[in-house]
Amino acid sequence: MTDATYLPLRGQQTAEEILEPTPMSKLRKRIFRNYSFLIGAVILILIASIALLAPVFEALGWIHDPYDQDTGRRLLNPFWYDKKVDPEYLLGTDKVGRDYFSRLVYGAQISLLIGVSTMLISGFIGTVLGVTAGYFGGRVDMVVNFIINTRLAMPVFLVAMAAVVAFGASLWVVILVLGLFLWDRFAVVMRSITMQARDLDYVKAARAMGCSTPYIIVREIFPNVIGSLTVVATVEMANAILLEAALSFLGFGVQPPTPNWGLMLNEGREYMLFLPWTVALPGACLFVLVLAINLFGDGLRDVTLERER
Amino acid sequence: MLAYALKRTFVAFLILIVVSGLTFSLSHLAGDPALTIGGEQASDEDIAAIRVLYGFDRPLYIQYADWGWKALQGDFGESYHYRQPVASMIGERIGRTMLLGFLAILFALIISIPMGTLAAMRPNSLIDRVALLIAVFGQALPTFWFALMMMIVFGIWWRMLPISGHTDWAHYVMPTIALGYYATPALMRLTRAGMIEVLASDYIRTARAKGLSPTVVLFKHALRNAIIPVVALAAVWFGFMLGGSIVIETIFNLKGLGWLSYDALLRSDLPVVQAIVLIFASFYVVLTLLADLLNAYLDPRISVR
Repeated sequence: MTDATYLPLRGQQTAEEILEPTPMSKLRKRIFRNYSFLIGAVILILIASIALLAPVFEALGWIHDPYDQDTGRRLLNPFWYDKKVDPEYLLGTDKVGRDYFSRLVYGAQISLLIGVSTMLISGFIGTVLGVTAGYFGGRVDMVVNFIINTRLAMPVFLVAMAAVVAFGASLWVVILVLGLFLWDRFAVVMRSITMQARDLDYVKAARAMGCSTPYIIVREIFPNVIGSLTVVATVEMANAILLEAALSFLGFGVQPPTPNWGLMLNEGREYMLFLPWTVALPGACLFVLVLAINLFGDGLRDVTLERER
Repeated sequence: MLAYALKRTFVAFLILIVVSGLTFSLSHLAGDPALTIGGEQASDEDIAAIRVLYGFDRPLYIQYADWGWKALQGDFGESYHYRQPVASMIGERIGRTMLLGFLAILFALIISIPMGTLAAMRPNSLIDRVALLIAVFGQALPTFWFALMMMIVFGIWWRMLPISGHTDWAHYVMPTIALGYYATPALMRLTRAGMIEVLASDYIRTARAKGLSPTVVLFKHALRNAIIPVVALAAVWFGFMLGGSIVIETIFNLKGLGWLSYDALLRSDLPVVQAIVLIFASFYVVLTLLADLLNAYLDPRISVR
């Protein structure tokens, strides 16, 4: 298209355009060249399907009931410790004899649930604030900026702990509190992208044609921000999962007997001296999940936003 | 510049008022503080008397104004549990948290600036990839789990370092690493990006063309310029780290402000919690204000906008 010696007829493609790879095949190529995206996506899909299918596995008898206690088999070691392997409890049991493996599997369910729901709530708040500020600018922008700065000044972890004390510790309180706090990055990123998109020619054209503001925001602006939105969403999801685990670890999050990685770390702490695997295992799960989300997010940024980096 | 500085300072002050107002109302939503103070044996008359004594019968905004006015003068009230002035409880411990935060940010800078510089000197080289790998892994490592694993390896297996307390320097080694590594990826990426940009600029080419040694060009000309935003970000991270110190101080039983806030939350000791939130928020606000002013001073275009 650089050589504009003739104007092609409307709707007719030039030879170069026909031979050029289609956007879809370009995207496919970028995806399959991006190992970080691929590795992250595979691990993430694996963890998510194991977590979602946990009840099915339990029904099939492959894993134990995560709440099933048996004081007769307390604190069994995982398979790499003893010469004799107990195939029933490959990853050992906790202090009341619950199967560690099935608790880890169900823990994934809760971590993912918290990550996704928090991300949805905070994504909604942040996007609304950021797009509003970026699109309207002026006073509106000043107010939203103040709200963002106020939020950033609040020590999230401490205030989240205080909120859990105030409203009682439960899964939904944790989700709600984190959702109401972790929107700052969404707002900051959405604001700056909307500001750039607002001055694009076709947005100006839409405004000149008299399109309504909601129409312009939804149809013209939003397609521009969606790529960055998903990237921020992965970052915040990882962030929410880590914060929840830390809250539960200190006892200000999900409460026993729920199978939860942060809680397992908390319970394993007293045996850490002699049985280090009690803290090593849930933490490793947490690490792998967050790593997968980060790899996926990093890869997604390279795949969707080819201009950057 | 002065107008900009004044405006930013005013906004910073306003932010602190809103943050403290929010925490104040949040902690009073938590339930009747009079019940916490009275304990389980208190009769209804006792509770009513406590309510009047502490002024809980007044409207919330008056209580807040009263608290805020005293807080400005350095009086944060009295702890419900320990019956001591909150200001002195904080004064005893704030030094440890500041020291920990300072050491942690120093650790992060010592790691991230050389790594980021090396990575920027040869983009996409092996060093760059290793640095990226460390950044990606580091970001996914849960701080408190990392701390626990260090305790197991260095404290219990090898017995190199103490796992609890705050009496001498050795107690600070593991908490510093646990808290500091988390800021490393962000600072490293910023160093790398800044260095790549600076190294491609005209004055670096001039310096090289003059025949200056690569070391002089790198350290005297390039790094000096690339490091300014890194230091500004480090200041902001210092504010974040105070929040992160809650988990780390609790794990290592290092009795600073983070540990105190955990202890206070367990006991619903509201005056202590409110004071610590205000202190953490003030640190963040003041540090970002300084970073902004520094940036505006170095780049006058910012203050005009």
